[in-house]
Amino acid sequence: MVTEPVLQPALNVDAVSYAYGKVRALDQVSFAVPPARFAVLLGLNGAGKSTLFSLITHLYAAQGGSITIHGAEVAKAPGRALAQLGVVFQSRALDVDLTLRQNLIYHAALHGIGGKEAETRACSLLIRVGLEAQIDARVATLSGGQVRRVEIARSLLHRPRLLLLDEPTVGLDVKARADILAHVRVLVAEEGVSVLWATHLFDEISADDHIIALHRGRVVADGAPNAIAARFGATTLQEAFVRATREMAEATP
Amino acid sequence: MSTGAYWICLKGIVWREALRFVHQRERFISALVRPLLWLFVFAAGFRQVLGVSIIPPYETYIPYEVYIAPGLMAMIQLFNGMQSSLTMVYDRETGGMRTLLVSPFPRGFLLSAKLMAGTFVSILQVYAFLVVAWFWEVEAPWYGYLAILPAMLLTGMMLGALGMLISSLVKRLENFAGVMNFVIFPMFFASSALYPLWKMREASPLLYQICALNPFTHATELIRFAFYGKLDLLALGVVAGCTLLFLAAAILAYDPARGLIARRAGG
Repeated sequence: MVTEPVLQPALNVDAVSYAYGKVRALDQVSFAVPPARFAVLLGLNGAGKSTLFSLITHLYAAQGGSITIHGAEVAKAPGRALAQLGVVFQSRALDVDLTLRQNLIYHAALHGIGGKEAETRACSLLIRVGLEAQIDARVATLSGGQVRRVEIARSLLHRPRLLLLDEPTVGLDVKARADILAHVRVLVAEEGVSVLWATHLFDEISADDHIIALHRGRVVADGAPNAIAARFGATTLQEAFVRATREMAEATP
Repeated sequence: MSTGAYWICLKGIVWREALRFVHQRERFISALVRPLLWLFVFAAGFRQVLGVSIIPPYETYIPYEVYIAPGLMAMIQLFNGMQSSLTMVYDRETGGMRTLLVSPFPRGFLLSAKLMAGTFVSILQVYAFLVVAWFWEVEAPWYGYLAILPAMLLTGMMLGALGMLISSLVKRLENFAGVMNFVIFPMFFASSALYPLWKMREASPLLYQICALNPFTHATELIRFAFYGKLDLLALGVVAGCTLLFLAAAILAYDPARGLIARRAGG
């Protein structure tokens, strides 16, 4: 068993800023994802969600502040930080011409997992997402929802403790969306994986999620949906979000 | 990460590139047809116009086809390097490049492994070309076919690293046509691939200087000499030096803190 302080967050983002030239994408963003929780990064398009994901995944480095994954700082110990991180990107990452098995073995190799071990993990993860029968099918033959499920299986190959998903339900129908969401919630409940789920869809949020609302590169609300609603004198989270973003618009002319 | 893990990762990256190549049959065919067109059509027409005298490594008069074969081998690697870099720009727009870079291995290692994978594929293409060329009486001693292997590993890495560097500069896929015009054509034509450099000197001393400085000239010469079991030390030095330089620049360009992609990426 790994011993660590109970309160150490899965992900800690501390005063992170980022600008593309003069355009500020993130401004002093701070929040934490508690361990074994389903956290939602809520924001409209252009809120800075993708930039934040690029920084957490070390695609590029934050210009200010720090990002820590289970105690490993991304900028200083990228190897240790990234080893604990699984990511489902918004854009597809699988080779459509290759089979599920080939794809998963390749991605296992990217984490230094090879041979029998890679095969075993690929099979058990595909069973978990209900696609074991398609293991030797080409990705191109799968539906959009199935591809997403394989992406989730892919992101779990190295048994990460934190899973990042960037709008994973984009372009899926209602059933597939509910399906993916249910799969990820099971991971949190049964495996104790921490999740940061980026979305702009309020119906993907449940009452006991941890919400981080991002608007124009700033955190406008952070906490449980009810608490956020109450703070802004609203009855629903959506109403609170609208008020919060309006307040911000009035504060910054 | 243990040494074994690095090995697994490298193997995985090369294996995936090879699988992708096998599945893209059009890519294989066009990679084969391009140099064969040069060999069958261009060289056939040109041999009447251009006489190639005896210059090292050749020991007799040679037909023009034989002269341009090493240049075409290098051309296969040049196209392959640029194609891989095109794939990288595409991969960056989709998720492929991001999943590679989110691996916990050092980024320099990941990018080098990716280059090795591309080089491996280009070498397969060259050998396929040589099989067809052999029937066209472009032949070398048997050890030449072995000696080109290490030479092409190096030239493939150099051209791949150059492509990778370019991929970090190209913001969008659509801009890629420019790479054809400003990189592939000048590199290929201003080199010793199609004509010996002394011929070039007769035409224009300035052009000769440009050709002599072109790394692609040295890639071609390294392969040409190796094909006959010989070593061109100058070419080896230039190619090795350029490989290190381009690779270092490409790794820097993909560096999270200073990298060009950081400043260019939007959204």
